[in-house]
Amino acid sequence: MADHTDNNTKAPVLDVQELGIDFGGLTAVNDLNMQVYDGEIVGLIGPNGAGKTTVFNLLTKVYKPTRGKIFFDGKDTAGKSVVDINKAGIARTFQNIRLFGNLSVLDNVKTGFHNVTPYSPITAVLRLPKYYASEREIDEKARELLKIMELDQFADYTASNLPYGAQRRLEIARALATNPKLLLLDEPAAGMNPQETAELMDMIRFVRDHFKIAILLIEHDMKLVMGICERITVLNYGMMLAQGTPEEIQSNPEVIKAYLGD
Amino acid sequence: MKEKTAIFSLFGDKKKRGRLISFALVIAAYIIVEVLLKSGNLSSLFTSLLVPITCYVVASIGLNLNVGISGELNLGQAGFMSVGAFCAVCVSGVLAGSITAGIPRLIIAIVCGAVLAGLFGFVIGIPVLKLQGDYLAIVTLAFGQIIKSIFMNTYIGFDSEGLHFSFVDSNFKLQPGGKMLLNGPMGATGTQKIANFTVGVVLVLIALLIVYNLMFSRSGRAIMAARDNRIAAESVGIPISRTKMLAFVVSASLAGAAGALYGLNYATLVPNKFDFNTSILILVYVVLGGLGNMTGTIISTVVLILLPELLRSLQDYRMLIYAVVLILIMLVTNNDMLRTKWKSLTSRKAKGGASNG
Repeated sequence: MADHTDNNTKAPVLDVQELGIDFGGLTAVNDLNMQVYDGEIVGLIGPNGAGKTTVFNLLTKVYKPTRGKIFFDGKDTAGKSVVDINKAGIARTFQNIRLFGNLSVLDNVKTGFHNVTPYSPITAVLRLPKYYASEREIDEKARELLKIMELDQFADYTASNLPYGAQRRLEIARALATNPKLLLLDEPAAGMNPQETAELMDMIRFVRDHFKIAILLIEHDMKLVMGICERITVLNYGMMLAQGTPEEIQSNPEVIKAYLGD
Repeated sequence: MKEKTAIFSLFGDKKKRGRLISFALVIAAYIIVEVLLKSGNLSSLFTSLLVPITCYVVASIGLNLNVGISGELNLGQAGFMSVGAFCAVCVSGVLAGSITAGIPRLIIAIVCGAVLAGLFGFVIGIPVLKLQGDYLAIVTLAFGQIIKSIFMNTYIGFDSEGLHFSFVDSNFKLQPGGKMLLNGPMGATGTQKIANFTVGVVLVLIALLIVYNLMFSRSGRAIMAARDNRIAAESVGIPISRTKMLAFVVSASLAGAAGALYGLNYATLVPNKFDFNTSILILVYVVLGGLGNMTGTIISTVVLILLPELLRSLQDYRMLIYAVVLILIMLVTNNDMLRTKWKSLTSRKAKGGASNG
């Protein structure tokens, strides 16, 4: 375990303890321990099939863990649903992009405010004053998020017509709209060219500083991972292989073996 | 200036225009029909079709919310209409003595029909909307059949002692002056015809208002998000079954209101009127009008109701022509070339505005 003198006094925002899940006879994740602290950018890496996305699905309650516990914000998340976990403050993006394809880019972000700025369907049908106030607030905030993710020029586009890189950024904007404390990014740079990736790195840093949130990201682009992550967890065959700073991970012989073979 | 753009961007002018077109179309049609009626230029056949058309338009708008916006196939819209219709007939029959004026009684009956149909929708939706896939289609199909059978075997009478209810014929004797409201397979007989075209048009406008206001709101975005990507919708905190339930219940209520108006437009109404064919017919109006497209739904409903009547002179070839027209509409509306042309025609104004701003 890496030493974190400045974090030792604080409780972690995410605390995963001995987490494991079996699919039938296959153990996809086993005995995983990891912590994410406020304002941190943590990387989750590993060879293909190591169980990284499964970890995200466990954290967001898409899968129920077979073993172990997940504490978020000091509270046990056992028994929570996908919706509950988002309300609690974990937002995510998807490896295979999942946008609301028929909605406009702006509306995609607005869906993220579902529980942040709620009002009843009756308010909507009767167009009560609260409707206008809430919608104005949602509209302003959504446009601000689009600006941050450099999507403002696409606001009225249908989401499915966006270029690939922009779709990935839109997923981040939508996740941020839910006002999370922890943001999970599943391969945010996949399919991006080096220049787009460099811009994305700046964006991720900006998002962390601006919204004061923790970020846990899965990524295969080592330049991005080593460039922005303060700590890295390496998974292999569903088990934690190593944990530490980018420098420690890069020089870890186990990690090199897992990636390059013997 | 800033304030103005903020209000404008609430809906996006494209959506706003679509809404205005729908309302303008309904109001214009109403004015034209009223003028024709007053000047006596409308045949009795057309006059008799006016109220049914408004009923089917309301039911189609409701179904489009469910099928087009929410993306769940519902094959029992006629079942919800029948719930509304027979509920309204009973309510109107019971209130006939106390409220003699037609319009207030009609409105009360429509509200009751809508509420009861919505309640049925809610009960059916509880188990079904938790599931994914085509379960709703299957269950609503079954519901349509079951509700028809139930009404075929329902006997309700009203007399000085109150309501009498039975599933077996002549299980109760009515006091002198009492009358049967529902009479099993014969359905509602001797109903006072209190429905009228103006109330129908108002109902269409209300249905449009409800559906549009819902569409362009938090709930509407949630409904469309749940349709487009269930997993992503849950990940941003949208409860899927509750969201789909909202669309389903509103759709059922609108069908109930439509059925209520329909039921009070005829002296007799048999349960068989609302069978599976009627459900499919409403679905055809919705699909041809365009999923999620309310203006298109209104137009297709009106055209497809009038078409068989207009083709009556062709006698045996009537349904053949009807089928050919259906296919042609489908081909034309799905033609990409025509679509882009239509889009470039309708959006020219918007583009000009954008380049200026």
